[in-house]
Amino acid sequence: MSLSALFLLLFGFGVIAFFTGRARAQLLAPRSAQRPHSRPNYHGWYVALWAFIPATVFLTIWSVVSPGLVLQSVLSSPLAAQLPPPGMERDAVINEMQGLASGSIEGAFNPLSEQLLPIYQSTHQYFAMIAIIVTALLAFAGAAFAYTRIKTDFRARTRVERIVMAVLLGASLIAILTTFGIVASLLFESMRFFAQISPVEFLTGLVWSPQTAIRADQVGSSGAFGAVPLFWGTIFIGAIIAMIVAIPLGLMSAIYLTQYAQPAVRRWMKPLLEVLAGVPTVVYGYFAALTVAPALRDFAVSIGISSASSESALAAGVVMGVMIIPFVSSMADDSLTAVPQSMRDGSLAMGATTSETIRKVLVPAALPGVVGGVLLAVSRAIGETMIVVMAAGLAANMTANPFASVTTVTTQIVQLLTGDQEFESAKTLAAFALGLVLFLVTLLLNIIALRVVKKYREAYE
Amino acid sequence: MTGAAEMTAALPEQRATTDWSGATMQRRIAKRYAAEKRFRLLGLSAILLSAAFLAFLLVSMLIKGVPGFTQTEVSLPIDFASSSLMIDTAALKKGGADADAALAGADIESATAAAADAAFGADGARLLSDGAWLKVRDAIKDNPDILKSKSNVWVPAAVEIDLAAKGQGTAEADQKLAKLKARDAIKTGLNIGFLTGSDATDPTLVGIWGALKGSLLTMAITLLLAFPIGVLSAVYLEEYAARNRWTDLIEVSINNLAAVPSIIFGLLGLAVFLNFMHLPRSAPIVGGLTLALMTMPVIVIAGRNAIKSVPPSIRDAALGVGASRVQVVFHHVLPLALPGILTGTIIGMARALGETAPLLMIGMRAFISSAPTGFTDPATVLPVQVFLWSDEVSKGFIEKTNAAIIVLLVFLLAMNGLAIYLRNKFETRW
Repeated sequence: MSLSALFLLLFGFGVIAFFTGRARAQLLAPRSAQRPHSRPNYHGWYVALWAFIPATVFLTIWSVVSPGLVLQSVLSSPLAAQLPPPGMERDAVINEMQGLASGSIEGAFNPLSEQLLPIYQSTHQYFAMIAIIVTALLAFAGAAFAYTRIKTDFRARTRVERIVMAVLLGASLIAILTTFGIVASLLFESMRFFAQISPVEFLTGLVWSPQTAIRADQVGSSGAFGAVPLFWGTIFIGAIIAMIVAIPLGLMSAIYLTQYAQPAVRRWMKPLLEVLAGVPTVVYGYFAALTVAPALRDFAVSIGISSASSESALAAGVVMGVMIIPFVSSMADDSLTAVPQSMRDGSLAMGATTSETIRKVLVPAALPGVVGGVLLAVSRAIGETMIVVMAAGLAANMTANPFASVTTVTTQIVQLLTGDQEFESAKTLAAFALGLVLFLVTLLLNIIALRVVKKYREAYE
Repeated sequence: MTGAAEMTAALPEQRATTDWSGATMQRRIAKRYAAEKRFRLLGLSAILLSAAFLAFLLVSMLIKGVPGFTQTEVSLPIDFASSSLMIDTAALKKGGADADAALAGADIESATAAAADAAFGADGARLLSDGAWLKVRDAIKDNPDILKSKSNVWVPAAVEIDLAAKGQGTAEADQKLAKLKARDAIKTGLNIGFLTGSDATDPTLVGIWGALKGSLLTMAITLLLAFPIGVLSAVYLEEYAARNRWTDLIEVSINNLAAVPSIIFGLLGLAVFLNFMHLPRSAPIVGGLTLALMTMPVIVIAGRNAIKSVPPSIRDAALGVGASRVQVVFHHVLPLALPGILTGTIIGMARALGETAPLLMIGMRAFISSAPTGFTDPATVLPVQVFLWSDEVSKGFIEKTNAAIIVLLVFLLAMNGLAIYLRNKFETRW
C-alpha cells in the first residue's frame, strides 16, 4: 500500500471518528441534568484529532526513516556481500534495484541488482506492513482514548482550541522558515563559490567570462568572475534607463489623476494603469525583443550609430520603465493624497495656480513618499528577470552607450543555471553568489524605502 | 468691522497698490495661466502615453496572435489501393490495440510523401507539414474502407505555405500557394490541434494544451499550500499574536518576502527542493511549492488588511454573548473578511500564473511533447512555453508565441475580472 493511500485511509478514519465522537456527545445532554461544557462538534473534533495527529506524525517520521532502514537490512543480507565496495558502482547497483522495484526502469544493466530485487521487495513489504500495523494501532488507540474521555464536564473545546492556536502559530512560522531557507541556501552555495573564487575578485573584478575549462589544456576558457560589468549593466538598465522612463511618466500620471482628473476619469484610468503591472513579464520581454529592439536599432542606424546592437540596453530599459510606471504612479498617488488638504488650500488661497501649488507645495511635501516609491521601483527593476533575459544581451560590457549591449545580474543567473553544467562547478555556484548580492541589495533598498515612507507618514499624522 | 479697520491701519502706507489691469501684470497672469495649461497637458499626455503603450502592446499581440489559432490545410489525394501500404484491414476494424499495432507496422509517412509528390509534382511533399502523415493515419483509423479506393485527405500545410496563406509568405511560397489555390486544394480553418496538442518541433504541429495543463497542475499545488497557510498566518498575526520580538520577526519576514525578486525563489527551489530534497526536476509539484512560497506573503498581506477592516464591534458582540476567541474569529470575523481575502488570493494567483523566472531555475523549460498526467511528471507552464517558443528560429513560431500570449492574457484577465467582481459584489463598507 502506498503512503498516500495510507494517508487517505487515515483521513477517512478521522472523519468517522469525528462523527462517532459527536454522536456520543449528543447522547450526553439528555442523560444528565448538568449542561455539557462543550458542544458535540468539539467532542467530535477532539476524537478526530486524536485519531489523526499521532498516526500522521508517526507516518511522516516513518516515511523519512524507512527507506534507509530498508536499504540497511537489504545490505546486511548475505547476497549483498557481493556488492562492490562503497562508491559510484555500488550506488549505481542500488539505484537500479530501487528503480526496478518502483517500476521506473524496465530492465537491469547489472545482474546483481536483479538478484537483490526479491530481497529488497520482501524487506520493503515487511517494513510497509509494520507501518500499516503501527499506524492502525496508533489511530485506534488515539480515537479510543479520546472517546472514553467524552463526559459532560470534559472541556473538549479548550483542548481543540489549543491545537487550533498551535496550527495558526505554525502557519505563520513558515514565513520565517522561508526567509531562513533563502538566506541559508544562498549563503551556503555562495560560500562554496567563494572557496574557489575570492570575494574581492568577484566584487571588484572587471572581467566576466564564466566559461570554466572542462579540460585543463583547453584554450580561452580560463573563467573570470569579476562581476562589476554585471552590476553596471543592472544599474544602467534598471536604475537609470528604466527610471528615466518611469519617474516622469509615473509622477505626472499620479499628479494628473489626483489633482486634475474628473472622478469618473480617475475611476477608469487607475485600474487601466494597474493592468500594465499585471501583464506577465515574459510578455514584456517578448515585446521588447521582437518589436522595440529592432525599431530602436533601425532608429540608431538611421541617425548614424552603425554599431547599434539589436540587444540594446535601451530596449530592455524602456520596456522595463513602462512596466514600472504603475508602481511609481501608485506610490506617488498615495503620498500626494496624504498631503493635508489645508496646505493645498492655503497655497490656492494665496492666489497660486493649481500647477504652482503642485510644484511648489504638494510635490515637495510628498517628496519622501515619492522617493520611497522610486526606491521600491528600483528594487523591483533590478530584480526583474524575463525582460532582460529576452531583450538584453549576454556580453558583459562596461559602456554607457544605450545602444550597445550590456548584461545584467539576473540574465547571468538564468544563463549560468540553465546549461548542462554539473552542479559543483564554479560556474553554477556563481549564480548563487550573484543571487546573494541581488537579495541583499533589494533587501537594503526595501528597508530604506519603507523607513522613508514610514517617517514621512508619521510627519503628517 | 473694527478688526478689519485695524488690519488696514497696520499695513505700511507707502506701498503703491498693484495695478492688476496694467499690461505688465496682465502679461504675467497670462504667462502663469499658460504654464498651468502646459502642466495640465503634460500630465494628461503622460497618462495617455502609458495607456497608448498598453493599447499598442495588446493590439499588436492580438493582431499577430489570432492567425496562430488558424491553420492552412491541403487536400491531398491518395490512391490507397495502388500505394505501398500494407495494412491488415481486419485488425483495423477490430479497433483498440490491434488497430494501433496494424497502423504502427505500416510506413504511412513515406506513402504520404509519395502521394504528395504524385499529386503536386516533384517536391510536393515539401508543401506538407512534417506531421501530415498523422492526419492520414487518423483518417485510415476512422474509416478503414478508404484503403480500398482513392480519396482526398485534408492534411496540414508546411510552415511556408501556412504563412503565405496568411499573407506573410515569401515570393516563392506565394507562387506555390497560387498553384494550390488554382487546384482548389487549400483551405484555412480553426486549428483545433493548437488547443489540444503539446509542444513540437514543427510550428504547424504545436499545441498549447500541454503547457496549460502544466500551469493548472502547478497552480493547484500553489493554491492548496499558499491559501491555507496564508490565511491562517494572517489570522494569527492580526487577531492573536502578542506584540513581541517574535511577532515582529514574522512581520518583517513577510514584508520582505513580498518584495524579494522572484528569481531568488527559483534559486531557493533549486537548492532546497531539487538538490536537498531530491524532488523530481521539471515537475509541477516543485513549481507549485516554489510559487506557493512566493504567493503566500501576498495572501498574508491581503488577508491582514481584510481582517483589519472588520469592525471591532463584531468581535465585541460575539465575545459578549459568550463565544471563545477562536469562535469569534472562525465564526464571525473570517466569513466577513473572506471576500477581501479571496480577492487578494486571486490577484496573487494571477501573479504566480504569469511568473516565469523561478520556474526556469527549477528546470521547467524542458521540451515536453505530451501533456503531464500527474504532479510529478515533467511539465512546462504557459509563460515558460511563451519563452521557449520566442527562442525558436522558425518564422512559424512567431504567431504561435503570440497566440500563446493571448491564451495567457485571457486567463489573467479572467482572474482579475473575477477579483474585481468579487470585490464589488461582496465588499461591505462598515
